[in-house]
Amino acid sequence: MGAVTQYFKSLMLKELLVGLSLTGRYFFRPKYTLRYPDEKTPKSNRFRGLHALRRYPNGEERCIACKLCEAVCPALAITIDSEMRADGTRRTTRYDIDLFKCIFCGFCEESCPVDSIVETDIHEYHFEQRGENVVNKMQLLAIGDRYENDIAAARAQDAPFR
Amino acid sequence: MDDLILVIWTTVKVLLVSVPLIIAVAFFTLAERKVIGFMQVRMGPNQIGPLGLLQPFADTAKMLFKELVIPTNVDRTLYIIAPLLTLAPAFAAWAVIPFDQGVALSKIDAGLLYLLAMTSLGVYGVILAGWASNSKYAFLGAMRSAAQIVSYEIAMGFALVGVLIASGSLNLEKIVLAQAGNAGFFEWFWLPLLPLFIIYFISGVAETNRAPFDVAEGESEIVAGFHVEYSGAAFAVFFLAEYANMLLISFLAAIMFLGGWLSPVQGWIGGPLGEPSFIWLFAKAGFFAFCYLWFRATFPRYRYDQIMRLGWKVFIPITIVWIVVAAILILTKVVERGI
Repeated sequence: MGAVTQYFKSLMLKELLVGLSLTGRYFFRPKYTLRYPDEKTPKSNRFRGLHALRRYPNGEERCIACKLCEAVCPALAITIDSEMRADGTRRTTRYDIDLFKCIFCGFCEESCPVDSIVETDIHEYHFEQRGENVVNKMQLLAIGDRYENDIAAARAQDAPFR
Repeated sequence: MDDLILVIWTTVKVLLVSVPLIIAVAFFTLAERKVIGFMQVRMGPNQIGPLGLLQPFADTAKMLFKELVIPTNVDRTLYIIAPLLTLAPAFAAWAVIPFDQGVALSKIDAGLLYLLAMTSLGVYGVILAGWASNSKYAFLGAMRSAAQIVSYEIAMGFALVGVLIASGSLNLEKIVLAQAGNAGFFEWFWLPLLPLFIIYFISGVAETNRAPFDVAEGESEIVAGFHVEYSGAAFAVFFLAEYANMLLISFLAAIMFLGGWLSPVQGWIGGPLGEPSFIWLFAKAGFFAFCYLWFRATFPRYRYDQIMRLGWKVFIPITIVWIVVAAILILTKVVERGI
Protein backbone atom coordinates (compact mmCIF):
# COMPACT_ATOMS: atom_id res chain seq x y z
CA MET A 1 0.00 0.00 0.00
CA GLY A 2 2.76 2.39 0.99
CA ALA A 3 4.54 1.85 -2.29
CA VAL A 4 1.38 2.61 -4.26
CA THR A 5 0.70 5.85 -2.39
CA GLN A 6 4.33 6.80 -2.83
CA TYR A 7 4.03 6.14 -6.54
CA PHE A 8 0.97 8.34 -6.94
CA LYS A 9 2.50 11.06 -4.78
CA SER A 10 5.55 11.24 -7.03
CA LEU A 11 3.35 11.08 -10.14
CA MET A 12 1.31 14.04 -8.89
CA LEU A 13 4.59 15.94 -8.34
CA LYS A 14 3.53 16.60 -4.76
CA GLU A 15 6.99 17.20 -3.34
CA LEU A 16 7.95 19.41 -6.25
CA LEU A 17 4.87 21.56 -5.74
CA VAL A 18 5.63 21.87 -2.03
CA GLY A 19 9.13 23.04 -2.90
CA LEU A 20 7.84 25.49 -5.47
CA SER A 21 5.36 26.97 -3.02
CA LEU A 22 8.15 27.46 -0.50
CA THR A 23 10.37 29.40 -2.90
CA GLY A 24 7.24 31.18 -4.15
CA ARG A 25 6.58 32.43 -0.63
CA TYR A 26 10.18 33.52 -0.16
CA PHE A 27 9.92 35.48 -3.41
CA PHE A 28 7.62 37.97 -1.69
CA ARG A 29 9.48 38.12 1.63
CA PRO A 30 11.14 41.39 2.55
CA LYS A 31 14.81 41.15 1.62
CA TYR A 32 17.62 41.07 4.16
CA THR A 33 20.11 42.81 1.88
CA LEU A 34 21.68 45.87 3.40
CA ARG A 35 22.69 48.27 0.68
CA TYR A 36 26.13 49.01 2.07
CA PRO A 37 27.71 52.19 1.50
CA ASP A 38 24.17 53.64 1.39
CA GLU A 39 22.98 51.77 4.46
CA LYS A 40 25.08 50.58 7.38
CA THR A 41 24.47 48.24 10.26
CA PRO A 42 24.64 49.73 13.75
CA LYS A 43 27.94 48.92 15.44
CA SER A 44 28.49 47.81 19.01
CA ASN A 45 30.18 50.33 21.29
CA ARG A 46 32.69 47.56 21.93
CA PHE A 47 33.60 47.32 18.24
CA ARG A 48 37.37 46.97 17.85
CA GLY A 49 38.57 48.77 14.75
CA LEU A 50 41.30 51.27 13.92
CA HIS A 51 43.49 52.36 16.86
CA ALA A 52 43.74 55.84 18.33
CA LEU A 53 45.77 57.56 21.06
CA ARG A 54 43.72 59.84 23.31
CA ARG A 55 44.54 63.07 25.09
CA TYR A 56 43.34 64.63 28.34
CA PRO A 57 40.95 67.57 27.98
CA ASN A 58 43.85 69.95 28.65
CA GLY A 59 45.63 68.67 25.56
CA GLU A 60 48.22 66.56 27.34
CA GLU A 61 48.66 63.11 25.78
CA ARG A 62 47.55 60.32 28.06
CA CYS A 63 50.24 57.83 27.18
CA ILE A 64 52.90 57.46 29.85
CA ALA A 65 55.04 54.95 27.95
CA CYS A 66 54.50 52.14 30.48
CA LYS A 67 54.75 49.70 27.55
CA LEU A 68 52.06 47.38 28.95
CA CYS A 69 50.36 47.35 25.58
CA GLU A 70 53.60 46.47 23.84
CA ALA A 71 54.12 43.66 26.33
CA VAL A 72 50.58 42.26 26.10
CA CYS A 73 50.28 42.49 22.34
CA PRO A 74 50.04 38.85 21.16
CA ALA A 75 50.91 39.76 17.57
CA LEU A 76 53.91 41.97 18.50
CA ALA A 77 52.36 44.75 16.46
CA ILE A 78 53.24 47.61 18.81
CA THR A 79 56.71 49.20 19.03
CA ILE A 80 57.40 51.87 21.65
CA ASP A 81 60.48 54.01 22.40
CA SER A 82 60.47 56.48 25.28
CA GLU A 83 62.61 59.03 27.05
CA MET A 84 62.31 61.71 29.69
CA ARG A 85 60.70 64.92 28.58
CA ALA A 86 61.95 68.35 29.71
CA ASP A 87 59.33 68.49 32.53
CA GLY A 88 60.61 65.20 33.93
CA THR A 89 57.73 62.96 32.77
CA ARG A 90 58.25 59.82 30.78
CA ARG A 91 56.77 60.08 27.30
CA THR A 92 56.92 58.08 24.10
CA THR A 93 59.13 59.22 21.28
CA ARG A 94 57.85 56.49 19.05
CA TYR A 95 54.56 54.62 19.07
CA ASP A 96 54.11 52.46 15.96
CA ILE A 97 51.34 49.95 15.30
CA ASP A 98 51.68 47.62 12.35
CA LEU A 99 48.07 47.15 11.29
CA PHE A 100 48.97 44.10 9.21
CA LYS A 101 50.27 42.33 12.29
CA CYS A 102 47.49 43.56 14.54
CA ILE A 103 44.71 41.02 15.16
CA PHE A 104 42.38 43.58 16.77
CA CYS A 105 42.08 41.60 19.99
CA GLY A 106 41.74 44.72 22.11
CA PHE A 107 44.31 43.63 24.74
CA CYS A 108 46.21 46.92 24.36
CA GLU A 109 43.10 48.86 25.28
CA GLU A 110 42.41 46.52 28.22
CA SER A 111 45.94 46.80 29.51
CA CYS A 112 46.25 50.56 29.28
CA PRO A 113 46.20 52.09 32.80
CA VAL A 114 45.39 55.59 31.52
CA ASP A 115 42.92 54.73 28.72
CA SER A 116 45.30 56.13 26.18
CA ILE A 117 45.39 53.53 23.42
CA VAL A 118 41.87 52.64 22.30
CA GLU A 119 40.32 50.83 19.40
CA THR A 120 37.71 52.97 17.67
CA ASP A 121 34.80 51.68 15.61
CA ILE A 122 36.42 52.86 12.35
CA HIS A 123 36.77 49.91 10.02
CA GLU A 124 36.60 51.54 6.59
CA TYR A 125 40.18 52.56 5.81
CA HIS A 126 42.72 51.53 3.25
CA PHE A 127 46.39 51.82 2.33
CA GLU A 128 47.69 52.88 -1.05
CA GLN A 129 51.45 52.54 -0.52
CA ARG A 130 53.65 49.94 1.07
CA GLY A 131 54.52 50.95 4.61
CA GLU A 132 51.31 52.86 5.21
CA ASN A 133 50.15 49.92 7.29
CA VAL A 134 52.51 51.07 10.04
CA VAL A 135 50.79 53.99 11.74
CA ASN A 136 52.96 56.20 13.94
CA LYS A 137 52.31 58.24 17.02
CA MET A 138 51.33 61.41 15.15
CA GLN A 139 48.73 59.59 13.09
CA LEU A 140 47.30 57.79 16.10
CA LEU A 141 47.04 61.02 18.05
CA ALA A 142 45.39 62.69 15.06
CA ILE A 143 42.78 59.93 14.89
CA GLY A 144 42.21 60.32 18.61
CA ASP A 145 41.80 64.10 18.32
CA ARG A 146 39.39 63.77 15.44
CA TYR A 147 37.12 61.14 16.94
CA GLU A 148 37.49 62.00 20.64
CA ASN A 149 33.76 62.64 21.04
CA ASP A 150 32.78 59.29 19.53
CA ILE A 151 35.44 57.45 21.52
CA ALA A 152 34.41 59.06 24.78
CA ALA A 153 30.71 58.37 24.10
CA ALA A 154 31.35 54.70 23.37
CA ARG A 155 33.48 54.33 26.52
CA ALA A 156 30.82 56.05 28.60
CA GLN A 157 28.13 53.68 27.30
CA ASP A 158 30.22 50.67 28.15
CA ALA A 159 31.46 51.92 31.52
CA PRO A 160 28.65 50.43 33.72
CA PHE A 161 29.51 46.93 32.49
CA ARG A 162 33.23 47.06 33.29
CA MET B 1 13.05 44.59 -58.78
CA ASP B 2 10.29 42.62 -57.13
CA ASP B 3 12.84 40.11 -55.90
CA LEU B 4 14.90 42.86 -54.35
CA ILE B 5 11.89 44.27 -52.55
CA LEU B 6 11.02 40.80 -51.29
CA VAL B 7 14.54 40.28 -49.97
CA ILE B 8 14.58 43.64 -48.23
CA TRP B 9 11.11 43.18 -46.80
CA THR B 10 11.99 39.71 -45.52
CA THR B 11 15.20 41.02 -43.95
CA VAL B 12 13.23 43.75 -42.22
CA LYS B 13 10.75 41.21 -40.91
CA VAL B 14 13.53 38.93 -39.68
CA LEU B 15 15.13 41.87 -37.88
CA LEU B 16 11.77 42.78 -36.40
CA VAL B 17 11.69 39.37 -34.73
CA SER B 18 15.34 38.79 -33.89
CA VAL B 19 16.29 42.20 -32.50
CA PRO B 20 13.49 42.23 -29.92
CA LEU B 21 14.42 38.63 -29.19
CA ILE B 22 18.00 39.58 -28.40
CA ILE B 23 16.79 42.40 -26.17
CA ALA B 24 14.34 40.02 -24.50
CA VAL B 25 17.18 37.57 -23.86
CA ALA B 26 19.26 40.37 -22.34
CA PHE B 27 16.50 41.27 -19.92
CA PHE B 28 15.74 37.61 -19.30
CA THR B 29 19.23 37.17 -17.88
CA LEU B 30 18.57 40.10 -15.60
CA ALA B 31 15.18 38.63 -14.66
CA GLU B 32 16.88 35.36 -13.84
CA ARG B 33 19.31 36.98 -11.45
CA LYS B 34 16.55 39.08 -9.93
CA VAL B 35 14.08 36.22 -9.47
CA ILE B 36 16.64 33.84 -8.04
CA GLY B 37 17.91 36.63 -5.82
CA PHE B 38 14.40 37.38 -4.57
CA MET B 39 13.76 33.72 -3.83
CA GLN B 40 17.00 33.64 -1.84
CA VAL B 41 15.86 36.72 0.09
CA ARG B 42 18.39 39.05 -1.51
CA MET B 43 17.93 41.79 -4.05
CA GLY B 44 19.86 40.73 -7.13
CA PRO B 45 21.59 43.31 -9.30
CA ASN B 46 20.27 46.77 -8.46
CA GLN B 47 23.19 49.14 -8.85
CA ILE B 48 23.48 49.77 -12.58
CA GLY B 49 20.64 51.95 -13.77
CA PRO B 50 17.27 52.17 -12.05
CA LEU B 51 16.54 48.81 -10.36
CA GLY B 52 19.58 47.40 -12.14
CA LEU B 53 17.84 47.61 -15.51
CA LEU B 54 21.05 48.47 -17.35
CA GLN B 55 22.89 45.46 -15.94
CA PRO B 56 22.44 43.29 -19.09
CA PHE B 57 24.09 45.98 -21.21
CA ALA B 58 27.02 46.18 -18.83
CA ASP B 59 27.30 42.39 -18.97
CA THR B 60 27.18 42.35 -22.76
CA ALA B 61 29.79 45.07 -23.09
CA LYS B 62 32.07 43.22 -20.68
CA MET B 63 31.58 39.96 -22.52
CA LEU B 64 32.27 41.42 -25.96
CA PHE B 65 35.46 43.20 -24.91
CA LYS B 66 36.95 40.09 -23.36
CA GLU B 67 39.60 38.14 -25.14
CA LEU B 68 38.42 35.19 -27.19
CA VAL B 69 40.89 32.58 -26.03
CA ILE B 70 41.39 29.67 -28.40
CA PRO B 71 43.29 26.96 -26.54
CA THR B 72 46.04 25.01 -28.26
CA ASN B 73 45.11 21.66 -29.80
CA VAL B 74 41.48 22.59 -30.38
CA ASP B 75 39.94 21.86 -33.72
CA ARG B 76 39.79 25.50 -34.78
CA THR B 77 37.11 25.20 -37.45
CA LEU B 78 34.69 23.23 -35.31
CA TYR B 79 35.57 25.31 -32.28
CA ILE B 80 34.42 28.47 -34.04
CA ILE B 81 31.47 26.91 -35.86
CA ALA B 82 30.00 25.30 -32.72
CA PRO B 83 28.57 28.43 -31.06
CA LEU B 84 27.09 29.58 -34.35
CA LEU B 85 25.57 26.15 -34.86
CA THR B 86 23.85 26.47 -31.49
CA LEU B 87 22.68 29.99 -32.12
CA ALA B 88 21.33 29.62 -35.65
CA PRO B 89 18.60 27.01 -34.93
CA ALA B 90 17.66 28.81 -31.73
CA PHE B 91 16.85 31.89 -33.80
CA ALA B 92 15.59 30.12 -36.92
CA ALA B 93 12.88 28.38 -34.91
CA TRP B 94 11.25 31.75 -34.24
CA ALA B 95 10.33 31.98 -37.92
CA VAL B 96 7.14 29.98 -37.47
CA ILE B 97 5.99 31.36 -34.12
CA PRO B 98 2.66 33.15 -34.62
CA PHE B 99 2.55 36.18 -32.34
CA ASP B 100 -1.03 37.00 -33.24
CA GLN B 101 -3.48 35.81 -35.83
CA GLY B 102 -1.64 36.12 -39.14
CA VAL B 103 1.47 37.64 -37.54
CA ALA B 104 4.30 35.22 -38.19
CA LEU B 105 7.44 35.34 -40.32
CA SER B 106 6.41 32.21 -42.14
CA LYS B 107 3.01 30.53 -42.02
CA ILE B 108 4.16 27.13 -43.24
CA ASP B 109 1.83 24.17 -42.74
CA ALA B 110 4.51 21.89 -41.33
CA GLY B 111 5.39 24.40 -38.59
CA LEU B 112 5.38 21.83 -35.83
CA LEU B 113 7.78 19.54 -37.69
CA TYR B 114 10.02 22.47 -38.48
CA LEU B 115 10.11 23.36 -34.79
CA LEU B 116 10.98 19.81 -33.76
CA ALA B 117 13.79 19.82 -36.32
CA MET B 118 15.17 23.17 -35.20
CA THR B 119 15.05 22.45 -31.48
CA SER B 120 16.92 19.17 -32.03
CA LEU B 121 19.54 20.77 -34.25
CA GLY B 122 20.78 22.88 -31.36
CA VAL B 123 22.39 19.86 -29.73
CA TYR B 124 24.88 19.54 -32.57
CA GLY B 125 26.45 22.81 -31.55
CA VAL B 126 26.77 21.49 -28.01
CA ILE B 127 28.31 18.21 -29.15
CA LEU B 128 30.72 19.94 -31.52
CA ALA B 129 31.73 22.42 -28.83
CA GLY B 130 32.50 19.59 -26.45
CA TRP B 131 34.40 17.62 -29.05
CA ALA B 132 36.36 20.50 -30.55
CA SER B 133 37.48 21.91 -27.20
CA ASN B 134 39.86 19.01 -26.60
CA SER B 135 39.02 19.01 -22.92
CA LYS B 136 37.70 16.10 -20.89
CA TYR B 137 35.18 18.25 -19.04
CA ALA B 138 33.80 19.73 -22.23
CA PHE B 139 33.66 16.27 -23.74
CA LEU B 140 31.82 14.79 -20.77
CA GLY B 141 29.38 17.68 -20.81
CA ALA B 142 28.72 17.19 -24.51
CA MET B 143 28.13 13.46 -24.05
CA ARG B 144 25.69 14.04 -21.25
CA SER B 145 23.92 16.75 -23.16
CA ALA B 146 23.60 14.60 -26.26
CA ALA B 147 22.21 11.59 -24.38
CA GLN B 148 19.82 13.75 -22.43
CA ILE B 149 18.47 15.62 -25.43
CA VAL B 150 18.02 12.43 -27.42
CA SER B 151 16.01 10.92 -24.55
CA TYR B 152 13.77 13.89 -23.97
CA GLU B 153 13.28 14.61 -27.65
CA ILE B 154 11.16 11.48 -27.83
CA ALA B 155 8.90 12.42 -24.94
CA MET B 156 8.64 15.93 -26.34
CA GLY B 157 7.79 14.64 -29.81
CA PHE B 158 5.11 12.35 -28.39
CA ALA B 159 3.63 15.22 -26.42
CA LEU B 160 3.39 17.16 -29.65
CA VAL B 161 1.73 14.19 -31.33
CA GLY B 162 -1.02 14.60 -28.76
CA VAL B 163 -1.40 18.23 -29.81
CA LEU B 164 -1.45 17.14 -33.41
CA ILE B 165 -4.22 14.62 -32.71
CA ALA B 166 -6.28 17.17 -30.82
CA SER B 167 -5.91 19.96 -33.35
CA GLY B 168 -5.63 18.04 -36.60
CA SER B 169 -3.00 20.39 -37.97
CA LEU B 170 0.73 20.97 -37.97
CA ASN B 171 0.28 24.67 -38.62
CA LEU B 172 0.84 26.57 -35.39
CA GLU B 173 -1.76 29.18 -36.23
CA LYS B 174 -4.39 26.51 -36.83
CA ILE B 175 -3.35 24.80 -33.59
CA VAL B 176 -4.14 27.99 -31.70
CA LEU B 177 -7.40 28.55 -33.55
CA ALA B 178 -8.44 24.96 -32.79
CA GLN B 179 -8.36 25.93 -29.11
CA ALA B 180 -10.81 28.81 -29.56
CA GLY B 181 -14.25 28.37 -28.05
CA ASN B 182 -16.84 29.87 -25.78
CA ALA B 183 -15.57 28.20 -22.64
CA GLY B 184 -12.38 30.26 -22.83
CA PHE B 185 -9.79 28.82 -20.49
CA PHE B 186 -11.33 25.33 -20.53
CA GLU B 187 -11.29 25.01 -24.32
CA TRP B 188 -7.51 25.00 -24.43
CA PHE B 189 -5.52 21.82 -24.88
CA TRP B 190 -4.01 21.84 -21.40
CA LEU B 191 -7.17 20.25 -20.02
CA PRO B 192 -7.63 17.19 -22.27
CA LEU B 193 -3.86 16.87 -22.68
CA LEU B 194 -2.86 17.68 -19.10
CA PRO B 195 -0.17 14.96 -18.70
CA LEU B 196 1.25 15.82 -22.10
CA PHE B 197 1.28 19.49 -21.20
CA ILE B 198 3.27 18.87 -18.02
CA ILE B 199 5.60 16.44 -19.76
CA TYR B 200 6.11 18.83 -22.63
CA PHE B 201 7.22 21.63 -20.37
CA ILE B 202 9.46 19.42 -18.24
CA SER B 203 11.03 17.94 -21.38
CA GLY B 204 11.46 21.49 -22.64
CA VAL B 205 13.40 22.31 -19.50
CA ALA B 206 15.53 19.24 -20.08
CA GLU B 207 15.97 20.06 -23.77
CA THR B 208 17.36 23.48 -23.00
CA ASN B 209 19.74 21.97 -20.43
CA ARG B 210 18.32 24.03 -17.64
CA ALA B 211 18.13 23.32 -13.92
CA PRO B 212 17.25 20.80 -12.58
CA PHE B 213 18.43 18.98 -15.73
CA ASP B 214 21.61 21.00 -16.25
CA VAL B 215 24.09 18.14 -15.81
CA ALA B 216 25.64 19.19 -19.12
CA GLU B 217 27.22 22.10 -17.28
CA GLY B 218 27.16 20.69 -13.77
CA GLU B 219 29.68 23.02 -12.20
CA SER B 220 30.23 20.80 -9.20
CA GLU B 221 31.76 17.99 -11.21
CA ILE B 222 32.56 19.12 -14.78
CA VAL B 223 33.12 22.86 -14.25
CA ALA B 224 30.94 24.31 -17.01
CA GLY B 225 30.48 21.35 -19.29
CA PHE B 226 30.61 21.88 -23.00
CA HIS B 227 31.45 25.59 -22.92
CA VAL B 228 34.24 25.38 -20.37
CA GLU B 229 36.89 26.36 -22.94
CA TYR B 230 34.90 29.24 -24.41
CA SER B 231 35.32 32.86 -23.43
CA GLY B 232 34.29 36.30 -24.53
CA ALA B 233 31.94 36.67 -27.47
CA ALA B 234 31.80 32.91 -28.21
CA PHE B 235 30.61 32.24 -24.68
CA ALA B 236 28.08 35.05 -25.05
CA VAL B 237 26.74 33.35 -28.17
CA PHE B 238 26.17 30.11 -26.25
CA PHE B 239 24.44 32.09 -23.56
CA LEU B 240 22.26 33.87 -26.10
CA ALA B 241 21.26 30.57 -27.72
CA GLU B 242 20.40 28.97 -24.39
CA TYR B 243 18.16 31.81 -23.30
CA ALA B 244 16.58 32.19 -26.76
CA ASN B 245 15.73 28.49 -26.56
CA MET B 246 14.18 28.94 -23.13
CA LEU B 247 11.98 31.74 -24.43
CA LEU B 248 11.13 29.61 -27.45
CA ILE B 249 9.96 26.70 -25.30
CA SER B 250 7.92 29.14 -23.21
CA PHE B 251 6.20 30.50 -26.29
CA LEU B 252 5.60 27.02 -27.69
CA ALA B 253 4.05 25.79 -24.45
CA ALA B 254 1.79 28.85 -24.47
CA ILE B 255 0.84 28.36 -28.10
CA MET B 256 0.22 24.64 -28.04
CA PHE B 257 -1.36 24.11 -24.66
CA LEU B 258 -2.55 27.47 -23.38
CA GLY B 259 -4.27 28.82 -26.46
CA GLY B 260 -1.64 31.21 -27.76
CA TRP B 261 -3.09 34.68 -28.17
CA LEU B 262 -6.62 33.64 -27.14
CA SER B 263 -8.15 35.23 -24.10
CA PRO B 264 -8.73 33.00 -21.06
CA VAL B 265 -12.15 34.60 -20.50
CA GLN B 266 -13.26 34.41 -24.11
CA GLY B 267 -17.02 33.86 -24.23
CA TRP B 268 -17.47 34.67 -20.52
CA ILE B 269 -17.11 38.41 -20.45
CA GLY B 270 -17.17 40.69 -23.44
CA GLY B 271 -15.18 43.84 -23.99
CA PRO B 272 -11.47 44.10 -24.64
CA LEU B 273 -10.64 41.53 -21.94
CA GLY B 274 -12.37 38.74 -23.86
CA GLU B 275 -10.71 39.64 -27.14
CA PRO B 276 -7.76 37.64 -28.47
CA SER B 277 -4.57 39.71 -28.29
CA PHE B 278 -0.84 39.20 -28.58
CA ILE B 279 -0.63 40.48 -25.00
CA TRP B 280 -2.20 37.23 -23.80
CA LEU B 281 0.46 35.24 -25.62
CA PHE B 282 3.24 37.28 -24.06
CA ALA B 283 1.68 36.97 -20.63
CA LYS B 284 1.40 33.19 -20.92
CA ALA B 285 4.92 32.83 -22.31
CA GLY B 286 6.14 35.14 -19.55
CA PHE B 287 4.62 32.82 -16.99
CA PHE B 288 6.49 29.84 -18.42
CA ALA B 289 9.70 31.83 -18.61
CA PHE B 290 9.22 32.69 -14.95
CA CYS B 291 8.71 28.98 -14.23
CA TYR B 292 12.15 28.29 -15.70
CA LEU B 293 13.70 30.65 -13.17
CA TRP B 294 11.44 29.38 -10.42
CA PHE B 295 12.56 25.80 -11.04
CA ARG B 296 16.17 26.85 -11.05
CA ALA B 297 15.76 28.57 -7.70
CA THR B 298 13.91 25.59 -6.22
CA PHE B 299 15.18 22.23 -7.39
CA PRO B 300 18.57 20.63 -6.84
CA ARG B 301 20.22 19.07 -9.87
CA TYR B 302 19.04 15.60 -10.87
CA ARG B 303 21.54 12.81 -10.75
CA TYR B 304 22.41 11.69 -14.25
CA ASP B 305 20.89 8.20 -14.05
CA GLN B 306 17.74 9.70 -12.52
CA ILE B 307 17.39 11.95 -15.54
CA MET B 308 17.60 8.95 -17.80
CA ARG B 309 15.13 6.98 -15.68
CA LEU B 310 12.66 9.85 -15.74
CA GLY B 311 12.96 10.30 -19.48
CA TRP B 312 12.74 6.69 -20.57
CA LYS B 313 10.76 4.93 -17.87
CA VAL B 314 8.27 7.60 -16.86
CA PHE B 315 7.74 10.17 -19.57
CA ILE B 316 7.70 7.98 -22.65
CA PRO B 317 5.20 5.42 -21.26
CA ILE B 318 2.91 8.18 -19.99
CA THR B 319 2.97 10.03 -23.30
CA ILE B 320 2.23 6.88 -25.27
CA VAL B 321 -0.70 6.03 -23.00
CA TRP B 322 -2.06 9.54 -23.21
CA ILE B 323 -1.78 9.67 -26.99
CA VAL B 324 -4.11 6.67 -27.03
CA VAL B 325 -6.39 8.33 -24.52
CA ALA B 326 -6.43 11.53 -26.56
CA ALA B 327 -7.24 9.62 -29.72
CA ILE B 328 -10.13 7.87 -27.95
CA LEU B 329 -11.38 11.20 -26.58
CA ILE B 330 -11.38 12.63 -30.08
CA LEU B 331 -12.97 9.58 -31.69
CA THR B 332 -15.75 9.37 -29.12
CA LYS B 333 -16.33 13.11 -29.54
CA VAL B 334 -15.81 13.75 -25.81
CA VAL B 335 -13.45 16.49 -26.96
CA GLU B 336 -14.47 18.32 -30.09
CA ARG B 337 -11.78 18.59 -32.66
CA GLY B 338 -11.35 22.27 -33.32
CA ILE B 339 -11.17 22.32 -37.10
